[in-house]
Amino acid sequence: MNVPASVLVVGASAAGLATAEALRRQGYQGALRVLGAEPHLPYDRPPLSKQVLAGAWDPGRALLRPQAALAALDAEFLLGDAATGLDAGTRTVHTASGRALRADAVVVATGLRARPLPGQDALSGVHTLRTLDDALALRADLLAASRCVVVGEGVLGAEIAATARGMGLDVTMAGPQPAPLAGHLGPVVAGQLAGLHAEHGVRLRLGTAVGGLAGHGGRVTGVRLETGEVLPADVVVVAMGAAPATGWLTGSGLRLDGGLVCDSRCRAAEGVYAAGDVARWHHDTAGGLIRLENRTNAIEQAGLVAANILGADQPYRPIPYFWTDQFDARIHVYGTPSADAEVTVVEGDPAGRRFVALYRRDGRTTAVLGWNMPKQARLRRAEIGDIAGLAPAR
Amino acid sequence: MKITIDQDRCVASGQCVTAAMDVFDQRDEDGVVVLLDPSPPAGLAADVRQAAAVCPALAIHVEE
Repeated sequence: MNVPASVLVVGASAAGLATAEALRRQGYQGALRVLGAEPHLPYDRPPLSKQVLAGAWDPGRALLRPQAALAALDAEFLLGDAATGLDAGTRTVHTASGRALRADAVVVATGLRARPLPGQDALSGVHTLRTLDDALALRADLLAASRCVVVGEGVLGAEIAATARGMGLDVTMAGPQPAPLAGHLGPVVAGQLAGLHAEHGVRLRLGTAVGGLAGHGGRVTGVRLETGEVLPADVVVVAMGAAPATGWLTGSGLRLDGGLVCDSRCRAAEGVYAAGDVARWHHDTAGGLIRLENRTNAIEQAGLVAANILGADQPYRPIPYFWTDQFDARIHVYGTPSADAEVTVVEGDPAGRRFVALYRRDGRTTAVLGWNMPKQARLRRAEIGDIAGLAPAR
Repeated sequence: MKITIDQDRCVASGQCVTAAMDVFDQRDEDGVVVLLDPSPPAGLAADVRQAAAVCPALAIHVEE
């Protein structure tokens, strides 16, 4: 395979920037362009729900690279211009401003879009959090509020609840699961998380689906549960997950099914690749399509895509990993935890707020979780078997 | 090559240790990065660049 003369990366966040950087690090000398929908220089998203929302960092600290490092990449950044279409045959990307950008290789790294609650656009005081502008708008609203309801009990919802509580607000977390992250991490760890949030004064109204929003005069006044009860709020944060940002690829002929579907090389079509949250690729030891929404995957997958653009022809077989910080808990998870796994504490003590737990299914270890024990959890990563078809640790 | 780390930014992912275990370690108590060798030999340069690239907290700075 010939090395392409030009590469266009669509998406200027972690995965997009990492692809461009990995190409240069791996010796690519061709023309490189990075297209970003947002006007900002590439910035990092994990701090948005934590340090940026809390005001501990000014937004500049969330930039992925200083401007000098971006300049040294010798890439053209086209920011503030969203992709609107792709002609996969000629690898031409059309943009909102009317550009038609052709390249020998195109990398789709457009990430996710937050899922709104029906009707939220009609009310002020209702937020989702995906972008830097979202985080700053939410922060401004929280500073003027006293009661916040977070709709969503996943990682993002739990982090936002913790941050808002740390800002001194009266915070309620609502969602259908019985405890934060219960569907993801199972009852033992989720129960521990529920205890952590309750201890810090977050009201947990979990286990009941959210029916909608209540408002008055164009402003939100609360969240209506399916039981009819209304949780009063000055500000509501909707953190019910996100969907891959593939709308612009409709009509491209590429397969869109819970993400941009790719082969084991993260290739969606000849000369078209995907990296990061948007990519749903064939994990060939897992034996199926998977998509990961986490920060380290964005970088790791970008590195693999860069190598494959340059002719490596390698499959992508990562062990999933994510971390989350909530109050004083720093939680690290390797592998594929599930609610039905048997969870055993193998180091430390949950009562002491420091422990490592193994997730086992059918006698095999499927995940390792560290609660304030990051190093100890990482050292057990190699114990993860191939039950989920995951490649051994590198 | 000269390496600096920002322990305040570190999220204790340990990705750097996986990439370059002769250069980086983690504190036992909280997993925060420890720099074992701020000026590693040239043979480790590629691993160190990889470590800086995969750090999800942007906590590793490499001066060539």
